[in-house]
Amino acid sequence: MANTAPAHTAHADGADGETRRDFLLNTTVAAGAVGGALMVWPLIHSMNPAADTLSMSTTEVNTSGIAEGMGITFLWRGKPVFARHRTKAEIEEARKVPMGELKDPQKDEARVQKGHEELLVLVGVCTHLGCVPLGQKVTEPRGEFGGYFCPCHGSMYDTSGRIRKGPAPTNLEVPPYTFLSDTTVRVG
Amino acid sequence: MSTEKSTARKIFEWHEQRLPIVSFIDHAVGSQYPAPRNLNYFWNFGSLAGFMLVTMILTGVFLAMNYTPHESMAFDSVERIMRDVNYGWLIRYMHFNGASFFFIAVYIHIFRGLYYGSYKAPREVLWWIGILILLAMMATAFLGYVLPWGQMSFSGATVITNLFSAIPVVGNTIVTLLWGGFAVANPTLNRFFSLHYLLPFVIVGLVFLHIWALHIPGSNNPLGIELTAKDKIPFHPYYTVKDAFGVGVFLLFYFGIVFYAPNLLGDVTNYMKANPLTTPPNVVPEWYFLPYYAILRSIPNKLLGVIAMFGSLLILFVVPWLDTSRIRSAVFRPVYKAFFWVFVVDCLVLGYCGSQHPEGLPLILSRVGTAWYFLHFLILMPVIGWLETPKPLPASISEPVLNPAE
Amino acid sequence: MRKSVLTAIAAFALALPISAMGAEEEIHLPKQTWSFDGVFGKYDKVQLQRGFQVYKEVCASCHSLQYISFRNLEALGYSEGQIKALANEYDIDDGPDEAGDMFKRKGRPADHLPKPYPNDAFARASNGGALPPDLSLMAKAREGGPDYIYNLLLGYEDAPKDMTLADGMNYNKFFPGHQIAMPQQITDGRVTYDDKETPTTAAQISKDVTAFLMWTAEPKLEIRHATGFRVLLYTLFFTILAYLLKRRIWSRIEKH
Repeated sequence: MANTAPAHTAHADGADGETRRDFLLNTTVAAGAVGGALMVWPLIHSMNPAADTLSMSTTEVNTSGIAEGMGITFLWRGKPVFARHRTKAEIEEARKVPMGELKDPQKDEARVQKGHEELLVLVGVCTHLGCVPLGQKVTEPRGEFGGYFCPCHGSMYDTSGRIRKGPAPTNLEVPPYTFLSDTTVRVG
Repeated sequence: MSTEKSTARKIFEWHEQRLPIVSFIDHAVGSQYPAPRNLNYFWNFGSLAGFMLVTMILTGVFLAMNYTPHESMAFDSVERIMRDVNYGWLIRYMHFNGASFFFIAVYIHIFRGLYYGSYKAPREVLWWIGILILLAMMATAFLGYVLPWGQMSFSGATVITNLFSAIPVVGNTIVTLLWGGFAVANPTLNRFFSLHYLLPFVIVGLVFLHIWALHIPGSNNPLGIELTAKDKIPFHPYYTVKDAFGVGVFLLFYFGIVFYAPNLLGDVTNYMKANPLTTPPNVVPEWYFLPYYAILRSIPNKLLGVIAMFGSLLILFVVPWLDTSRIRSAVFRPVYKAFFWVFVVDCLVLGYCGSQHPEGLPLILSRVGTAWYFLHFLILMPVIGWLETPKPLPASISEPVLNPAE
Repeated sequence: MRKSVLTAIAAFALALPISAMGAEEEIHLPKQTWSFDGVFGKYDKVQLQRGFQVYKEVCASCHSLQYISFRNLEALGYSEGQIKALANEYDIDDGPDEAGDMFKRKGRPADHLPKPYPNDAFARASNGGALPPDLSLMAKAREGGPDYIYNLLLGYEDAPKDMTLADGMNYNKFFPGHQIAMPQQITDGRVTYDDKETPTTAAQISKDVTAFLMWTAEPKLEIRHATGFRVLLYTLFFTILAYLLKRRIWSRIEKH
C-alpha cells in the first residue's frame, strides 16, 4: 500500500475477520480482568485474621476466686468476657421470666452449663453497637433488670444477659467454653 | 435492550459534561492520543514502569497493615507477614522483588531516552521530571530497604545517612537531624517508614506531570524526526494492546523471580536482625544502586566522593544542552551510537565494581569507570555532536529511501 | 580513547575470575541435592520429622527457633493430637497470675518453642562468650543456604599444623575464618530414628536437620512453588492471547 493514511478508519478485514477479532478481543480482556481479580484476592485475604491470630483463640481462667454476686472480666480474642458468680436470687429471677416478655427468647438453662448454673459467661460486648456494658462490679449500674446496663445507648440486660430494654437486638453472646476442672474454665 | 443502552449512554454523557474524566483518559492514553506508528518495543518500558508503580503501591499498602515500624518489632513483624499473614509471603516477595523490576523498567526507559535523544528540545522538561521520578524512586527504595530492620538495612541506613556528614560545617548536625538521635535507631526507623509511605504518592504526582509534559510535543520515535499526522496512529488500541502484551512478557520474568528465586536479588545478611554492635563483612547496596556506590568509593576524598555520586545523577539534568547534535536519534549517528554502547558497558562495569571490595582491580576499574562516566557526558556528548556527520534523515516514516527502523 | 575503553572492558572480563580467588578466600561448598530444589520441589515430610527430632535432641539445648510455634509443626505431617501432646511436654513461662506471680504451665499448640536461654547475655555466659544464633532463618541468612549448613555440620577437622586455634575454638573447613565456637555435634549414631531403616550416619543426620531448618526458614516454599506454576501458566496464556490480539490489530497498518 503506497498510501499509509491511518488504515484503522477503513477496516480491510472482512466480516469473518471482525468476528474472530472480537472473540479474541473479548477473551483477552476477560483473561486480563480475571487475572487482575485473582491478583487482588491475596491482598484482600491478607486482611483476614492471620494464622497466629486464629491460633490464639482460647483463654483459660480460674473462677474459684469470684465471690457470689461478683464478676471478673478478661480478654478472649481481644474482646472482654464476663464471668459472673450469680446469687440464688439472681438465678431464680432469670428463670421465672415468661418467654413472651423476651425480645430474643432463650431459656436461662440454655445459657449456662449444667452443674455450674451459678456461673454466667458472656461476651461483654453490647449487641447494639459494641460498647462494653456496665454491671460487673456491684458499684456499677445494672439497669432495671439487675443484669447489665450499656451506657452508650441504654440497653438493659437481665441476670442471664438477655436483652430486655433498649435498642440492642439480641442477647449478650455466650462464648463457647468448657470446664477443665470445677474452678478452671477454658473459653474458645 | 436498545433503550436501556441509550439510558446508560445518557447517564454517561450527563456525567461527562460535568466531569469529563473518560475523555481525559482517552486523550491521555486512549484513542485521542496520536502516537507515532513506528515505536519499537523499547517504548513499552514507560508503561511497564507505571504498572510496577501501581503494583508497588498496592502491595505496599497491604504490607503496611501488618508491619510494625519499631526497632524491636520490625524484623519480627516481617517474619509474621512471611509466616502467618494470609498470602503475606506472596505480597512481601512481590514488593521486595517489585523494587528491582521497577528499576529494571525505569533504567531501560532511561537508556532508551538516551539512545533516541528523547531528552532533546522540545522535551527537556519531560526529561527533567523523569529524573525527578528517578531520584524519588531511589529515595523510596533506600527508605524501604531499611524497614525490615535486618543487618544490611541497618548498615545501609548508617552508610547512606552518613553521606550527609560530608557537607562542610553543618554535615554532622544534618545527620543527627536525619537520625533523630546519635545513631540509626528507633526514631530513624519510624520516620523512614513515614517517608517511605509518602514518597510513592509524590511519584504518582510526578508521573502525572511526566505524562502531561509528554503530551505537549507528543512521543519521540526511533527515527527522531518530526512526524506528520499520517504517520501517527491512535494510542488505543494500537499501543494499549502492545503494552498489554509487554506487561504479560514482563510479568513472566517478574513472577519467575517472585515464585522461584525470591531471594536471588537480596542479601542473605538481611535475614539477620539488625545489631548495632556489628557490621556485615561486605556492606553493599541493592543492585540498582551499585554503579553510584562504585562512583562514591572510587574517590578517596569523602566530600568529593559524595559530590561525584550525586553529580552522576544531577548531570542528567543538563544532558539536553550537553548534547550538541542537531538530530535526535542515535540510529543516524554512528559515532555516538558506538559511544552509547560503551557508556552502557561503563555503567555495567561500575555496577560490578560497586559489589566488590574497593581494593585492587575493582578499585582501579571503578576509577576508570567513574572518569569515563563524566567524560561521556561532559566531553564526548558535546564534541561528538559538533564533529559527527550524521547519516541523511528520512523525511517521514514511509519514505522508502532510508528506513532502518524495520 | 576507544582503545582505553576496550582495555577497560578486557580488564573487566579478566577481573571476574581473578576477584573470585582474590582478597578473601572463597570457601567452596559442595552442592547437595534437596527434595525442595527446582520448580516442583517439595519438602519430604518424613525427613522433616527426622530433622525435627535431631533439632530437639541435639540442637535445642543451645539454639532457639524463635519463629516456630508447635502449631506450625502440622506442616511436618503431625496430627493435631500429636502436636498437643508434644506441646504438653514443655513447660512454658506465663503470667502474671492473680497474685502477680509468674508461673509455669503446660505448653499449647499456639506457644512458640521455648528458648534454651532466658536472654542473650545468659546464652553467652553459658557458652564461653559465644552466642548460639537462632536457627529459624539460618537457611536463608548464609551464602549457600542449606548447602552451607549441611557442610558446616560435617566440616570439622583437625586444624592445619600452621594454625593455632583460639581458646575454646574448633576448626571447621567451611566456616568463614575456619574457627568456630560450636564443637562438632553431629556424629554417626548421634540420634536413634524410630523407623530403624534410615541410616544414622553423620551425613544422613546432617541432611535431615538441614532440610528441617530449610523448612523453618521458608515454610511457605511448597505453596509458593505450586502457586507459582499456576500463575506463570495463566500469565503465559494471557500473554499469548495479547500477542495474537496485538498482531491482529496491527495487521491493519502493517500489511504492506
